[in-house]
Amino acid sequence: MQKKIVLDSQLLDITLNRLCQQLIEAHHDFSETVILGLQPRGIFLAELIHAKLKTLVKKQIPLGYLDATFHRDDFRRRDVPAKASETRIPFAIENKNVVLIDDVLFTGRTVRAALDAMIAFGRPAKVELLVLVDRTSTRDLPISADYVGKYVDTLESQKILVELVAQGHKQNKIWLINKD
Amino acid sequence: MSKLSQRHLLGIKNLTRQDIELIFETADNFKEVINRPIKKVPSLRDVTIANIFFENSTRTRLSFELAEKRLSADVINFSTSNSSVKKGETLLDTVNNILAMKVDMVVMRHASVGAPHFLSKHIKANIVNAGDGTHEHPTQALLDAFSIREKLGGVEGKKIAIIGDILHSRVALSNIFALKKLGAEVMVCGPPTLIPKFISSLGVKVEWEVQKALEWCDVANVLRIQLERQQIKYFPSLREYSLYYGITKKTLDDLKKEIVLMHPGPINRGVELTSDAADSHHSIILDQVENGVAVRMAVLYLLAGAN
Repeated sequence: MQKKIVLDSQLLDITLNRLCQQLIEAHHDFSETVILGLQPRGIFLAELIHAKLKTLVKKQIPLGYLDATFHRDDFRRRDVPAKASETRIPFAIENKNVVLIDDVLFTGRTVRAALDAMIAFGRPAKVELLVLVDRTSTRDLPISADYVGKYVDTLESQKILVELVAQGHKQNKIWLINKD
Repeated sequence: MSKLSQRHLLGIKNLTRQDIELIFETADNFKEVINRPIKKVPSLRDVTIANIFFENSTRTRLSFELAEKRLSADVINFSTSNSSVKKGETLLDTVNNILAMKVDMVVMRHASVGAPHFLSKHIKANIVNAGDGTHEHPTQALLDAFSIREKLGGVEGKKIAIIGDILHSRVALSNIFALKKLGAEVMVCGPPTLIPKFISSLGVKVEWEVQKALEWCDVANVLRIQLERQQIKYFPSLREYSLYYGITKKTLDDLKKEIVLMHPGPINRGVELTSDAADSHHSIILDQVENGVAVRMAVLYLLAGAN
């Protein structure tokens, strides 16, 4: 198994800062903006960005967790049903600008399911997608991200591994893995 | 692991503790779903479920039907009162005919012990036992344990007294299996005639005096006297039963501690519970009903997804 680093701790920090600045550029004072982290792994990134934005704009932006498991299109098409995680959206998303955050954009199917799951909570004014890693040329659906940490051209057989301190790792690191 | 060890839910007896915990964790998520403005998810949209009830039911059938609809499944309902069973069709023929219409899952209640187990050996669809005679009623036990976990923060180490007609109760047996697997202490309490012989071999305490049971327990799960299943008289009169075994609000208030009062329904008000006890702050009877939908959604989701 070959591993190659895509982003190390230092670069990741620079990237996150850049993503935050881009968000500020588009959302100004965040008065109509809410953040939704996608379960299970996008929430750690969402929390990181949420914390950074808090110090930058000096404001508490509503942060929720969205789980799309029950909206997936591969249910009954795999051996083991995907395990659900908590959805926690303690605010209204009606007429808000929603920023969906996930770690990796791969086939786009999770994002499709997430959009479906989100609609159960109301009709947002606008929805945007932020991902840390955008795997180009592996999309199954016409979905693209509005804010991207890093574009990585990958094969379907490869894997992106995101290790964050918040998930219990020693250092923030993003890896590209070649499966043998 | 996010998969059950079984492809049918025939009883709690065949489930592992991991299975039960997986059902609870999934039910937590479905409980959040059914409290949303839009209470529906599309998971089972390509699944057809037949609810086959050979015995009367209100709560269980409605709860299953609602759970199925909240999961976007297609649902057909069948009860014996208006069916060809009256004309002499066998169980297997009835079910095979329903399955020929491309049904994926069967939820069945039957008066005969083991009816769903028999079916599971002969048909391909997933089967959920919604009560078989005096044997098991697994989803009721799951929702009871789920409600205890929700109210007390866990089941392990808690003391649960099951009070009433233990002999004819499928709820009691399933509850004993579920609670023991989750590490609770279980006591059964009722008149000696309504306690099965050798029940202590399941690892439960037996108590004949309701006051002692209430003083011992953290949770009292009170069962209905099932007159329809009693072929002979097990106690002199209902009035006498309610005098000795009926629980009133005063009995609960006079205890030195708070206990949780549960009942699987339907309540015979004035027999096993007085109205003021059933409606008191001790009672989580209506929470049990709400949790029933979430727990049944979890069971259907996990069984359907494991194909």
